[in-house]
Amino acid sequence: MRSAGGHRDRGFFNSIDWKLVICYLLLVLIGWVNIYASVHSSDPASIFDWGCRSGKQAVWMGTAFIIAVVVLLMNPRIYESLAVPIYLFVGVLLVAVIFLGIDVKGSSSWFEFGPVRFQPAEISKISTSLMLAAYMSQQGYRIGRMRNFIVTALIILIPMAIIVLQSETGSALVYVGFIFMLYREGLSGWLIFLAGMAILSFILTLTASPFVAILVIVGIASLCICLYSDRLKWWFIICVPAIILMAFVPSILAGATAEEGFQLKPLHILLGVIALAIPPVIYWAYKERNTFSHLAIVSTIAGIILVFSADFIFNDVLQDHQRKRIEVLLGMKEDPSGVGYNVRQSKIAIGSGGMFGKGYLNGTQTTYGFVPEQSTDFIFCTIGEEWGFAGSAAVILLYVFLIWRIIKDAEQSREAFTRIYGYCVACCIFMHLFINIGMTIGLMPVIGIPLPLISYGGSSLWGFTALIFIFIALYRNEKKYF
Amino acid sequence: MKLNRQNKLIIGLCIAALILIAKLFSIQIIEDKYKMDAENNSMVYATIYPTRGIIHDRNGNILVGNKVAYDLMVTPKEVEEFDTLALSRVLEVPVEFIKDKMDEYKQKSRRIGYQSVVMIKQMPPEKYMRFAEVAYQFPGFRGQARSIREYPFNAGGNLLGYVSEVDAAFMEKHPDEYKSGDYAGKTGIEAAREKELRGEKGYNIWLRNSRNKIEQRYADGAFDKDAVPGDNITTTIDAKLQNYGQMLMNNKVGSLIAIEPSTGEILTMVSSPGIDVDMLADIGQHYSEISSNPYKPMFNRTVQASYPPGSVFKLVNGLIGLQEGVFEPSTLYGCKMGYHFGKNKLGCHAHKSPINFEESIMMSCNAYYCYVFRDILENKKYGSIDEAMDKWNEYVKSFGFGQKLGSDFPSELGGFIPDSKYYNKHYRKGGWKATTVISLSIGQGEIGCTPLHLANLCATIANRGHYYIPHIIKDSENIQIDQKYKERQYTMVDTTHFPKVIGGMYRAVNSGYGSGGTASVAAVEGLEICGKTGTAQNPHGHDHSVFICFAPKDDPKIAVAAYVENGGFGATWAAPIASLLTEMYLNGEISKDRKALEDRIIKGDLMDRVKVKK
Repeated sequence: MRSAGGHRDRGFFNSIDWKLVICYLLLVLIGWVNIYASVHSSDPASIFDWGCRSGKQAVWMGTAFIIAVVVLLMNPRIYESLAVPIYLFVGVLLVAVIFLGIDVKGSSSWFEFGPVRFQPAEISKISTSLMLAAYMSQQGYRIGRMRNFIVTALIILIPMAIIVLQSETGSALVYVGFIFMLYREGLSGWLIFLAGMAILSFILTLTASPFVAILVIVGIASLCICLYSDRLKWWFIICVPAIILMAFVPSILAGATAEEGFQLKPLHILLGVIALAIPPVIYWAYKERNTFSHLAIVSTIAGIILVFSADFIFNDVLQDHQRKRIEVLLGMKEDPSGVGYNVRQSKIAIGSGGMFGKGYLNGTQTTYGFVPEQSTDFIFCTIGEEWGFAGSAAVILLYVFLIWRIIKDAEQSREAFTRIYGYCVACCIFMHLFINIGMTIGLMPVIGIPLPLISYGGSSLWGFTALIFIFIALYRNEKKYF
Repeated sequence: MKLNRQNKLIIGLCIAALILIAKLFSIQIIEDKYKMDAENNSMVYATIYPTRGIIHDRNGNILVGNKVAYDLMVTPKEVEEFDTLALSRVLEVPVEFIKDKMDEYKQKSRRIGYQSVVMIKQMPPEKYMRFAEVAYQFPGFRGQARSIREYPFNAGGNLLGYVSEVDAAFMEKHPDEYKSGDYAGKTGIEAAREKELRGEKGYNIWLRNSRNKIEQRYADGAFDKDAVPGDNITTTIDAKLQNYGQMLMNNKVGSLIAIEPSTGEILTMVSSPGIDVDMLADIGQHYSEISSNPYKPMFNRTVQASYPPGSVFKLVNGLIGLQEGVFEPSTLYGCKMGYHFGKNKLGCHAHKSPINFEESIMMSCNAYYCYVFRDILENKKYGSIDEAMDKWNEYVKSFGFGQKLGSDFPSELGGFIPDSKYYNKHYRKGGWKATTVISLSIGQGEIGCTPLHLANLCATIANRGHYYIPHIIKDSENIQIDQKYKERQYTMVDTTHFPKVIGGMYRAVNSGYGSGGTASVAAVEGLEICGKTGTAQNPHGHDHSVFICFAPKDDPKIAVAAYVENGGFGATWAAPIASLLTEMYLNGEISKDRKALEDRIIKGDLMDRVKVKK
């Protein structure tokens, strides 16, 4: 792989971003020792014992290193040229596994080859990232252009939809993270804002009531309109008192009419007032030639429709276990022994770690099996309990460094392909990190996705190794030639 | 730094990381809640079981005590290779048993973990000592002392009741009180006084290390709780008398109850056949054997069986008739081998005629009570037979019949006394008259009562018109019995009418053979026993033999009811049994001339006569 003449060749070793590689190795090692800690008491064997998970993980690590080296040695150009075939091939695998895969905990997302299990969803992250990078780095691509935007969205949504069909909603959620990459590539920030608002009103509808959710939507929409047209004063003078009024008057009115046998619900009064208020705002926006306000009103109406459909989505679209997890997370139901059991036990394990933890292999919670799935999805409990706040914060910071380093390298790269791919990698790792750790400390619902590089499992480790090392290879390639 | 999109994203990343770290900080450093819970998880509570309270008889003898037995515990994780044959020989169990058990533990090894499981329950100390000598050869095996019940007297399993491990249904009925592995009294006195007997569990707190091995006492036992032994209780039972009663009822099906009339205290309560006390301590092992016994030994006949009372019920009808004034003690009625009405006849045995009230009791004349009962129901005082019937019902119930007496013994049966409503439903209103229900006069027909009711009737007569609710627990240091057991329950019949009845009962026993008295066999010199025989007709086989008696006549110390299923005439089995019990209680021994009778009774075997579904 000698470079063409004229370019400065920094050599195979010098061109690699070693900080990334060291960070990767550290995380894998942390994972390995903690997997051993999480299984060692119920099966006290050597860390290399093939019979227990730490021994198997050693084998997965060995193979992962081979994958890393192979990836580094290959000509990175092939990733760009093979992005489309790989994407299509993985798509076929994703569909095939629904019919041919084995059933693991209610989801059919695993292939089994003898002793090895393998989850196509893990490489789907890579293929989707490559495909996005390939498509979006084309000459003349503009995310603002409708055709480009729709194709981009489809590249993300198709594998996501198939994974949902595999009942692996957790893995599918990771793809939502690509929105940050799209933002970097020029997607309007308002789209992220709207998505955030949608989630907020969904949660408000379920935890409080549609009434409160609509009131909040109207409040924020009016704030946006006022901010945009530089009339913040109006918002404080007109909108805030109006909203406070609307928070109380409808229930009082409803109480008053109740006696006359003609039942008016507060929600209906609120909707009536909003319906009356919209035409003047539209007229005003038309006079001011303010398109933003029109969009804001459309969004508000969409938001109100969402609020009303949230109930329907929650009760009819979501599956039972997902609904329960959301209920527990939002504190709608208290059940220490039911669905929330995992989270409670996991919080107890992490919480009992204190500042510096109980010391390696000295955890009482994780080793006794109080926490289920402790070597896979709940591996962070072992870290939290045995290494304490210091250890777990250090692990999080290590991830932050990894992601930051990837973003920094991506920004430095001159090729759009490398940059976009780098951002995809950063988004995937970030989503896994936030959802997984968030789940163990009760910030997120229990969504079964692994902690990258640390959780037990060959499929996941190989997937992330390839994901990260393809980026390292791409970046090395640039450094080598430029 | 420019606020471009790249930096905005990095700021977002840092904020997200800060949220995670802040939440970690809150649960790891700030909140104590999770640390406490972790302590709960790593502390092991080892339960200390309290010893159950001791059950004494009325004289301070121990009816139910405690002794030590050993459970053989196995901790499968600590078991090493061992000689199964040697172990089986020491424990006197088949080798297969040990192998099966070990296989079972292996299968369940995940669930068992480092816990210990019970391999053999309640080994006697001798067997355990043999094991203890060689225990060093069997790591992972150890004995755990456990207090189990011991029965110095054969006081009958139904009376004492048994203790066994609580099951799921029981725990559901008593939430928060019992956990699996706990024991509770299930029947008899053990169940009636479970609350006092059980005591309070304690615990030792141990610390478990990360390998789930128990290491040391938590805070040197500062937070341990000692078990509080159960309260001892004193019963009204006379252990020796109870034991003697058991002997008398041996190989007979029926009940024998003795009450102290002046207090209502139950001295003896035998249900035969019963559960042998030897089986009681480890009822689980014998349960199927006991429950498959066709004579139903678990069925406590004294309070749960409903029988027709037979002729002893004539006393009640006589008293009601006197109170209602439908006849005088001196009234004479003739008896021509029974009572004739229309073409029908209620038969009687041969005796002299006509006779007065006392003689009617002494000779147990059926016809006399047909006249009396007919006059009660056809009393002009009442507008209709319905009204008279209901008045009669009220009278009978005032003797405690037809309802639960309210004793402190569990699962008492109420029995049945019919009223006008019952017959109106049966025959339609106006479709029945006194002669239709005439068999009530002699305690047959639609009457159902328990042997306890009969014993209570006897005590009521002995007391001349009132009774105390029969009970088996006495006041003692820790336990005060309910006030209701100390209150007189008056019948609706005046005290003045009772001496005539008692006179009849006295003559039934003490008139000597040849006089026509039905219970001469029950006579004991100097004891002034008053009694009444009964022969309850039984369409399914031999008649039931019934006898109630009390003594001495003027200062009654004991009232006895004996009910022997398929025993024939009251005088044949029930009267000797009741009188022997009375004699034993009052004299402490059986007189020489009654030894032959005692011998016949104890050896008598009526089991063949009892029809059972095999």
